[in-house]
Amino acid sequence: MMRFFRSAFVIARRDFTATVLSKTFIFFLLAPLFPLLFGGTFGSISARIASQSAKPVIAVVSSQQDFDRLSDARDELAQALGQDSAPKIIHYAPEANAAAQVKKLLASSDPPIRAVLTGGLDRPHLTGPIATDGNTTGQLRLLISNARVSAASEPSLPVTSVQASSGSLSNDRAVTAQIAQTILFVLTILLSGMLLSQLIEEKSNKIIEVIAAAVPIDAMFVGKLFAMLAASVTGLVVWISAGALLVQMIKHGGVATLPPPAIGWTGFLALTIIYFAMNYLLLGAAFLTIGAQASTAREVQTMSMPVTFGQMLLLLLASTAIGAPDSTEGIIAAIFPLSSPLTMLARAAESPQSWPHVVAILWQALWVGLILRMGSQLFRKTVLKSGPRTKWWKFGRA
Amino acid sequence: MLRQAQHERIAVEAVDLVKDFGDTRAVDGVSLSVPPGSIYGLLGPNGAGKTTTLRVLIGIIDPSSGMRRVLGRERPLEAAGEVGYLPEERGLYPAMHARDAIAFMGALRGLPVHEGRRRADQLLDEHNLGEWARKPIRSLSKGMAQTVQLLGTIVHRPKLIVLDEPFAGLDAINQGRLEELIRRETRAGATVLFSTHVIAHAERLCERVAIIAKGKVAFDGRVDDARAKLSSIVRLRTRSSDGPWRSALPAGTRREGDEWVFELPAAGPEPLLRALLDGGAGIEALAIERPGLHDAFVAIAGNKAAEQMGAEKVQ
Repeated sequence: MMRFFRSAFVIARRDFTATVLSKTFIFFLLAPLFPLLFGGTFGSISARIASQSAKPVIAVVSSQQDFDRLSDARDELAQALGQDSAPKIIHYAPEANAAAQVKKLLASSDPPIRAVLTGGLDRPHLTGPIATDGNTTGQLRLLISNARVSAASEPSLPVTSVQASSGSLSNDRAVTAQIAQTILFVLTILLSGMLLSQLIEEKSNKIIEVIAAAVPIDAMFVGKLFAMLAASVTGLVVWISAGALLVQMIKHGGVATLPPPAIGWTGFLALTIIYFAMNYLLLGAAFLTIGAQASTAREVQTMSMPVTFGQMLLLLLASTAIGAPDSTEGIIAAIFPLSSPLTMLARAAESPQSWPHVVAILWQALWVGLILRMGSQLFRKTVLKSGPRTKWWKFGRA
Repeated sequence: MLRQAQHERIAVEAVDLVKDFGDTRAVDGVSLSVPPGSIYGLLGPNGAGKTTTLRVLIGIIDPSSGMRRVLGRERPLEAAGEVGYLPEERGLYPAMHARDAIAFMGALRGLPVHEGRRRADQLLDEHNLGEWARKPIRSLSKGMAQTVQLLGTIVHRPKLIVLDEPFAGLDAINQGRLEELIRRETRAGATVLFSTHVIAHAERLCERVAIIAKGKVAFDGRVDDARAKLSSIVRLRTRSSDGPWRSALPAGTRREGDEWVFELPAAGPEPLLRALLDGGAGIEALAIERPGLHDAFVAIAGNKAAEQMGAEKVQ
């Protein structure tokens, strides 16, 4: 047994260093960052454009008292709907020639005045290049209406804060389950596809003979699988901060606002790592087995599309469990080895029980071993043409 | 105990090995035994089943039936740490440095990597490749890469070295170096089993050979025994063209130019010489030619196989 693991380690070390120390690994690391880079670049350009096309400034030519009431009404609106939803207003004291003042203000570029409100709160009048029923007009109408109402007439609304209702919590956890499942799926689809072509190099440069003469084929499969898992984990370490940044960007308020999983954040993160490894090992073992049958890069390319579709079917199967982990579909998806990690991660977000995860992880580990065993036997049979003819029903025991 | 001791006296043993690829029988009941410390050649034309026999013997593939034993173990991979194997189709990772490639091949056989690198540097220096130690395999010439792979085959100091067509692709100088390396390894106690379709290599190097044709072993034994399957040829030139001495010439004697050519009689040369002298033949020249391995091969494997070997040699 020691010899088996030592052999697997020799293969894994060679593959890991050959992968991680190659120049192409830098591109591998950078590839998923490109969308973020583009997002950031275009985001900053958009922000600059947005800042340049500043919100319309409304010049309010009125008494100080009227402006103060209007300003208070504006602040209330901004608090309820957000700063961007309320128009910016600036106060100007009335001048003797009102028409000339309006003309002068509209010609101003600093600040860029869009319209001028005159007549105070009693007889308001808006002048400027804006539509009668446009947003700005509507917002100002609302501000004036609120400013006219005295503070005493505001309705009181007492609030009693409670924890999230079970209905909303269940929905929120389903969101967490879906996000986690999608991330796991995307990571696996990005990383495990590499295993399809893992044996091409050995087969094309004939070193497979040297390896097959020295170590058991099973050890070679295990070594290759874990080498690529280690390379993927290296990539993940680089990407993880970028991933957190992405969540920060797409989710207002950041990671902290994600609905908490039923099993708790600590357990959930631990299970995410474990299920990623299991998902990678399961699919990777299957891909290694499939890819080992290919002799050329072209054959691998031909295989990659059906393999990707296969992965999408697994995601589809696993997603049926979201919201109903104990349904028949949910249990089938959890039992079927290749969809089990995705399904069980979603379950961790929705159900607080721990024991199903222990069972699932053992079950998945068993299948990793079985697939690897079948893969190496198939490789010996079909590629090395080894051994006597075996009936297919005795194949697993060969 | 006795059986175990007997096994240890045989480095490689095969009994009735059969290997089928679909409906094709590549190895057909091969039995052979390789004594430890010997240089043993598998001789035969391409397609005779030499490579498949070697692959089955060292455990790359399993036989369809039959038994094999390598260094006393029926599962050859259990002895992998004591075996070195150079396949017919050479292969190394092109991006690996020469010393790392050698160390990697040693590590596959259980040699710690740091020790493998140390020995690799030493071996590369010994073979005038020291300056290439830290250069990638892809930058080496074909001959250099072959040498690197050969060094990787012996870096862990195996007890059994299996070489499949090791001379293929090497120039005369490198062939000579390889022959010397094989002899040196056997002097150090290793057993060398190699396949070749070039009779001259087997004749120069081997103490024992197995002649394989169409997947079967036509002969397994000492090279001298193979030669002994044929009688020596006598070439005789006499001053007298005829006389009573003619009756002393054995049946089947033929005339080639001014020489009489015939097989040396089983009784040896003395009675013949006496009869020739007594009969007044006047011996001008007499040569006894020992048959070569090629002649033995023709006698054992047949003319067709020998012609095939000759054609391959020319190619």
